[in-house]
Amino acid sequence: MFNPDESFRPSFSYKNSDQAILRFPFPFPQDKYMYLVNLEPHVKGGPTAAYDATFDVDEHYIAECADRALTLIADPKRCQVLPHMMAAQWDTLELIMESFAADYPEHFTLIREGDAWTWINRPLNIEQHFTFGDPATLPYAPFEYITRQAQGDFTIHDQRDNDLWMDGGMVTAQADWSLDFDLGMSFMEWHGPVPKAHELGVFDRALKFLLRLQVDAPVRRVNWTMTVNPRLDTSPEAYPVWGPDRTTITAENVAEKLHLRVELQTLFRLPRSNGILFGIRCYLISLADLARVEKWRKRLHRVLRDLDPAVIEYKGLTRTRPAALLYLAQFDDGAPIPPGTAPDQTALL
Amino acid sequence: MTQSAKIPVRVSHIEPLNASLRRITLEPADGRLFPASAAGAHIQLELIGEARIWRNAYSLVSPPGSRTAYTIIVRKVPQGRGGSLFLHERLAVGQTLNMSPPVNLFPIARLARKHLMLAAGIGVTPFLAYRTDLAETPFELHLRCRATDQAAFETLLANWPQYHIHTTPDLHVSDLLRRQPLGTHLYLCGPAGFMQSAETAARALGWPEARIHQEHFGGPAGGHPFTAILARSGRTIHVAQDQTLLEAIEAANIDAPSLCRGGACGECRLTLLAGSPDHRDHFLTESEHATSIMPCVSRSHSETITIDI
Repeated sequence: MFNPDESFRPSFSYKNSDQAILRFPFPFPQDKYMYLVNLEPHVKGGPTAAYDATFDVDEHYIAECADRALTLIADPKRCQVLPHMMAAQWDTLELIMESFAADYPEHFTLIREGDAWTWINRPLNIEQHFTFGDPATLPYAPFEYITRQAQGDFTIHDQRDNDLWMDGGMVTAQADWSLDFDLGMSFMEWHGPVPKAHELGVFDRALKFLLRLQVDAPVRRVNWTMTVNPRLDTSPEAYPVWGPDRTTITAENVAEKLHLRVELQTLFRLPRSNGILFGIRCYLISLADLARVEKWRKRLHRVLRDLDPAVIEYKGLTRTRPAALLYLAQFDDGAPIPPGTAPDQTALL
Repeated sequence: MTQSAKIPVRVSHIEPLNASLRRITLEPADGRLFPASAAGAHIQLELIGEARIWRNAYSLVSPPGSRTAYTIIVRKVPQGRGGSLFLHERLAVGQTLNMSPPVNLFPIARLARKHLMLAAGIGVTPFLAYRTDLAETPFELHLRCRATDQAAFETLLANWPQYHIHTTPDLHVSDLLRRQPLGTHLYLCGPAGFMQSAETAARALGWPEARIHQEHFGGPAGGHPFTAILARSGRTIHVAQDQTLLEAIEAANIDAPSLCRGGACGECRLTLLAGSPDHRDHFLTESEHATSIMPCVSRSHSETITIDI
């Protein structure tokens, strides 16, 4: 079920199986895209199987954990947590371990005897005995320990003074933002660069909502951008490595090389710390694979075609969008397509 | 707002602490673990009486991190709306109740240089869960209470390295505030008058807003009965003198969100369409009072009030 040997670095052997394509969390329910507070309850079940678990584990699990480990060797500052967030660290470990064990009993087991816990992670071949609450009994601090074993980035947020503060994170698969830069910032500060949304009042409403987020009632939203080559690490720190990729897109290679990058973002109120855990789970799909779903290829064409210029610039699509439009236009007859993000087909084209 | 699902709980233990205080222990009735309890968190219990339902909020006094049992302490209030009497006179071990997951409107400020906790009476309950989380940060706890409660509270505070109980009017809040080091956070829990005077004293001394934390409880005393017109539902309901507007809305089987039920969190806020409201909340600003009302505590001066629900 896993593709342990695929790579998100040159060679780029990453690829999606047919099943992975059909479960892709396609982000556009309508033909037009604009920012809005698109938060909904994070309940199990959704338009595709990517929504079936609290934290989705898919065929890329082992390879993504390996890629994270490589990134951390080169740049340990991708994981940082401020000292007052220790309770939130244990909250995160508890939530991820419990969710993994409940959703994937064939892969993960959590045995709890008071504070004496045993964690078994079969895909990564880990059996860890530790004392819950005692960081010295784990090889890494609790937040780093568990997020090294999970797909997607995570940030933890302290809630104080009617605001949320980015006071910790594990960020190795990001769409061009930096934890090292944002660490310690308030909600409005770290969202500062996003165009349009401030004027629309999106962040005021989102912050108010999140300050009242409740235990056991997580919410989710999806966000998206496009990435050349299936790279997880598109950070500002590594820009010299991946930035030049944008100049390599041609009409011939766009279908294989250009990827829609979707983040399934989840938000959890953490009970011990009263903080919030923000999960940013990244999914990559090449245009060629996406074009095997009729609804998706037409809709992506329309969204990209009519995108607001400020959003094109902010998402870094200026150079790659023309080739993407050329490729996708051939599939779009202009006929109306149903709303929603489900693929509406059970086998691929 | 997304509401958490209710958790079924079983009363596993009831223990009198004195003539008017009892400690109640709740365990999961569904075989699962509770969400970890936290210092300052409260839960809401649904109490189903013969004639009515109460949904009352209680601070968790269990040690932070508890997942197999939650403990609350309830004072019997003969003149109250009836919820505490229900818990004192009707509740029995083995009974099951519905509970909302914990909500924390009174968390410890983890960046504080010092914690100054001022409590009056049963307002000490949220602080009981603070102790293990205070860690190495200096703190001071002052509790004002009746002499008849002193012994019970001293027992509850037995594992605290130090605390101050005041049964005579010798707690001089201004003096206390004046000698605190910079970076101290102030926490207040007790009856409205106690909290108001302490807050006023802190503001007069220039304490910043973000350093003053308050947990309001027992706010919704009754008042004159009135009629509420629920515009969107097309219903007209009666609000009895010992009932809150929120309770009357719920009794009419209309879904209304709520969290703290003490006028502090803003969750139950509704749009006010007509009438002369009697605002009793701690959340809305003066200007918001013109167009909004919080039905968990606020009532009506006019005989009729119209709200958008």
